[in-house]
Amino acid sequence: MRYICLVHFDVQATIAAMSPAEQRQLDIDSLAYDEELKANGNLVVAEALQPPENVVLVRVRNGAMSATDGPFIETKEQLAGFVLIEARDLNDAVRIAAGIPLAKYGTIEVRAMYEIPQHEQPAG
Amino acid sequence: MDQGCIETVWRQESRRVLATLIRLLGDFDRAEEALNDAFLAATERWPQDGVPANPRAWLVSAGRFRAIDRMRRRSRFARIAGTLAVIEEGEMATTAEPIADDQLRLIFVCCHPELPPDAQVALTLRETCGLLTEEIAAAYLARPATIAQRIVRAKARIRDLALPYEVPEPKQMLQRLDAVLRTIYLIFNEGYAASHGETAVRVDLCAEAIRLARLLRGLLREPQSELEGLLALMLLNHARRNARTDPAGDIVLIADQDRSLWDRAAIAEGAHLAEAALRMRPLAGYAIEAAIAAAHATAPTAEATDWARIVGLYDLLAQADTSPVIALNRAVALAMRDGPEAGLGEIDALLAAGPLTGFRYAHAARADLLRRLGRRDAAREAYVAALELTQQGPERRFLERRLRALGSPPP
Repeated sequence: MRYICLVHFDVQATIAAMSPAEQRQLDIDSLAYDEELKANGNLVVAEALQPPENVVLVRVRNGAMSATDGPFIETKEQLAGFVLIEARDLNDAVRIAAGIPLAKYGTIEVRAMYEIPQHEQPAG
Repeated sequence: MDQGCIETVWRQESRRVLATLIRLLGDFDRAEEALNDAFLAATERWPQDGVPANPRAWLVSAGRFRAIDRMRRRSRFARIAGTLAVIEEGEMATTAEPIADDQLRLIFVCCHPELPPDAQVALTLRETCGLLTEEIAAAYLARPATIAQRIVRAKARIRDLALPYEVPEPKQMLQRLDAVLRTIYLIFNEGYAASHGETAVRVDLCAEAIRLARLLRGLLREPQSELEGLLALMLLNHARRNARTDPAGDIVLIADQDRSLWDRAAIAEGAHLAEAALRMRPLAGYAIEAAIAAAHATAPTAEATDWARIVGLYDLLAQADTSPVIALNRAVALAMRDGPEAGLGEIDALLAAGPLTGFRYAHAARADLLRRLGRRDAAREAYVAALELTQQGPERRFLERRLRALGSPPP
């Protein structure tokens, strides 16, 4: 089954407070874990995200598009990346999430994929 | 050699390999990781090299090797280096006896009395039976996140309390086995009663519980009357599964069940086990319950049921277990042997004593006896009292049918 591990953490309180050597090690560990998951057949895709300052929020209402800036939710812990994984079950996914190096600094939200049901098109 | 073959090996061997890897690696999560590694290695190697003669030993060895390799890569921490040394020195036994013991170790640690009962159930179903977290959640109509947390916490507790991964000493065996059997019976009863809501597609918890009991029986060196009795009891009850409800999902009482739908082979096996268990000493409660179930299941017709024997067995059971539920069952059997009036007196006394007043089956049993005595108004009141305590759909419909038969619509 597929699960997404959404990585949330407080950039100000963690990364900014780290020494360059610590930051470098975190990068190395994060990439190494992606490689490990890939080798184990658990990895679908892993990406880190730019900081939320560069976020644009897009909405379409009554046919009109609006674009605003700023993070979607103002919290200290922001979405910083995600790892889409293939795991046996939820506990297996939790185990994999616990190995993500950033789990030591932030919070990993583990969610199962939802399959959108295919509906028949109404006739005519 | 295809993916199907590896799937088959997974089903047959993954729990055994996991049980051994937990012992070798000293940790559930590390073992699960190693188990995945081992099967990944199998999918890479077996198509070229063929399936090894002893796939289990191959998988244990591959899992252990990869775990050590993985830990070496992570061994920047001295703490892990120490563990690593222990694991590398650990014995690499893959012969039959230690493997059987590893499975026993796994069952005993999953059902450790230091873990809450619901955690024991979830852990046993996942680690020993190999059910997925999502399947356990569906079977218990719980959210997967709830079950996942339960399992994570149970594993953390095992680690924090350093619960030993071992088969209990003979001195403690009976007590520890008792906890395991209680967990197995909890799993069975959940499947049997499907206690919440309508029956839907659920993992067959009854079959899982029976499988577990059989596994345990094969692993223990000495036969245990509790286990023989419990297996017999579950087989005998499960043998009637196809007759317990009608096609609409409504309850059919044992007296009205189509006995040709009963699983004769399971009844024969259950009755045989029950008889043997009843002769073993010390006599186990499950053995007596199994003998009662056997008396029902081996009667050719409802009328031919040996109620005198059943009352006698309940008398025996009541000596060992003073639970009011047993006294209630005895009263129902007594009503069959000596007439409704005799049973009613017993049930009224039990209800007056207090602890059964919130128990729906006490009111339903009382209602049935009153109905048979022709005391329609009192019967109606008792059915209404039972209905008020009943959540489950098929049970509610049964009581409503009885009320309608008495000429009064359900409230």
